[in-house]
Amino acid sequence: MRSVLRKRLGAIGLWILTFLLMVIMCVPGLWVVLTAFRPNSEVLAKPAIWIPENPGFGNFAKIFGFGADQIAIPVTAYFMNSLIIALTSTAIALLIGMSGGYAFARYRFRFKNGIFLGLMLSRTVPGIALSLPIFIIWSKIGLIDAKLGLIIVYVAMNVPFTIWLIDGFFRQIPKEMSEAAQVDGCTRWQAFWKIEFPLAKSGIASAGIFAFLTSWNEYALASNLTRSTDSKTLPVGLMDFTSQFTIDWAGMSAMAVIIIIPALILTFLVQKHLIAGLTFGGVKG
Amino acid sequence: MANKRPPFWQREKYTPYLLLLPAILAILFVVLFPLLFSLYTSFTGYRLIRPETLWQWVGLRNYQRIFSNGDFWSAFGRTILFLTIALNLELLLGLGIALLINKITWGQRTLRTIMMFPMMFSPILVGYQFKFVFNDNIGILNNALQALGLSDGAIPWLVDKYLANFAIIFAEVWMSTSVFAILLLAGLFAMPRDPLEAAKVDGCNPWQVFRHITLPFLMPFVFIAMTIRSLDVARAYDIVDVMTGGGPAGRTELLWTMIARVGYDNARMGQANAMAYVSIFLSIAFTYYFFTKLLAARKYMGGAE
Repeated sequence: MRSVLRKRLGAIGLWILTFLLMVIMCVPGLWVVLTAFRPNSEVLAKPAIWIPENPGFGNFAKIFGFGADQIAIPVTAYFMNSLIIALTSTAIALLIGMSGGYAFARYRFRFKNGIFLGLMLSRTVPGIALSLPIFIIWSKIGLIDAKLGLIIVYVAMNVPFTIWLIDGFFRQIPKEMSEAAQVDGCTRWQAFWKIEFPLAKSGIASAGIFAFLTSWNEYALASNLTRSTDSKTLPVGLMDFTSQFTIDWAGMSAMAVIIIIPALILTFLVQKHLIAGLTFGGVKG
Repeated sequence: MANKRPPFWQREKYTPYLLLLPAILAILFVVLFPLLFSLYTSFTGYRLIRPETLWQWVGLRNYQRIFSNGDFWSAFGRTILFLTIALNLELLLGLGIALLINKITWGQRTLRTIMMFPMMFSPILVGYQFKFVFNDNIGILNNALQALGLSDGAIPWLVDKYLANFAIIFAEVWMSTSVFAILLLAGLFAMPRDPLEAAKVDGCNPWQVFRHITLPFLMPFVFIAMTIRSLDVARAYDIVDVMTGGGPAGRTELLWTMIARVGYDNARMGQANAMAYVSIFLSIAFTYYFFTKLLAARKYMGGAE
């Protein structure tokens, strides 16, 4: 009886300990979120004000250009750029990834391992190292400060990973199913859209979300290949706040919240698939 | 009627290559071709402000310059040290968190979701966030220390060279520990129960069970996490660029921030490309090392192939 009680207490203690640990881990991020809803004067106050005294959406109104004291940073334009660039490059990367993933999952061909290794190696090149030659070439062919320039780069950045994930999801589908469909008179193309695609749909969606987040968050290349409101993305725009002598911490935090909201929702949606995809590809070979 | 062969793009033999063609073209155009170009540039005295220098062949001079440059070697050494400390800490903390959460039966999903919180932050946001937290004047850390009476002055977290290095490692570890935790947790979930039960019946203590059963089983997952991480170690560029910009006086300069400074700020593209090649080989070496470890661990476990 006593040992049962002790065990139960131990479990509760362990839970509380773990929970506290997790919360402490989240404090820095939560502090930024909290700051987004406070006026800058409160952020800068000395001694520190811990509990927000007059929270509100003032910072958001300010950076989006509403309200009395708007600032000169075109966040709306950056937001649209980020959205267009991330969505377009994700769509293209998914199409290329599906075609490539299908090839790796369903065919045996010469240089298969070599091509796979080459694709993966291309992903190891640090963004900043790649940005130097791309900067020179893009400026020769007029792709600097253009949305298209970033879209092309992000497609290539995302292709290896989408192929890896989608290959894994296709391989989980038994080959016999699409063969049966072909015996029944489907072409291979029809069998793909009737059998493989519907079964791998959720996996493909998670690969897409992964690609979207990579483009949405990318900084090293974007900061060097963009110049103006024509193509600057949100992560690059975040730095506009620091270019002045004083940092607008509250405005910057509001912008950070705008960047993180899509990431928050999307990561939450795919967490299960993401883990399955990554470990499946790695362990089962 | 002669059996007409279908055109080559319809032959089964070429289908996989056709399917892969868009991917290969994308990589050729955005990665391989630019890399060949930058390899060439690294042998020229190319400066952005003088376009004609693109044709000025200087042989190995850029490489000689950077290899005899003390600043380069200290940035290189700092990068290695940074990666060693950060990756080991991330692994240890991630393993600890995964083991803790694995033991919990009630409310595990909630804890797991909270644990993934840092994964949603992009490196640039992590950098900004810790620039804010470690700010000497208004940062939450100094404010908290002062409120608790632990310090009365403003500790210059991002200005002092040791503290600044500590701060960027802290930010990096904060960002990536959950990647390790989540992958190791997936490994713990996939673990068969029988060997654990058998070991308990045979009288192993918890440490022995962990050391001889859990840990060997987790090793492939450790190396998957390491391989995935080594693909994007250069993301630390974003963090350092935002937090310190490589300062104070280059004391937090990593290889990647140095490339950006030499290439874009000093406009010495040739030399920057030579450094970029060093960083590329570093990344490939990291990935290769962990990938071979992964294969070996898989073989040890008797996994497929």
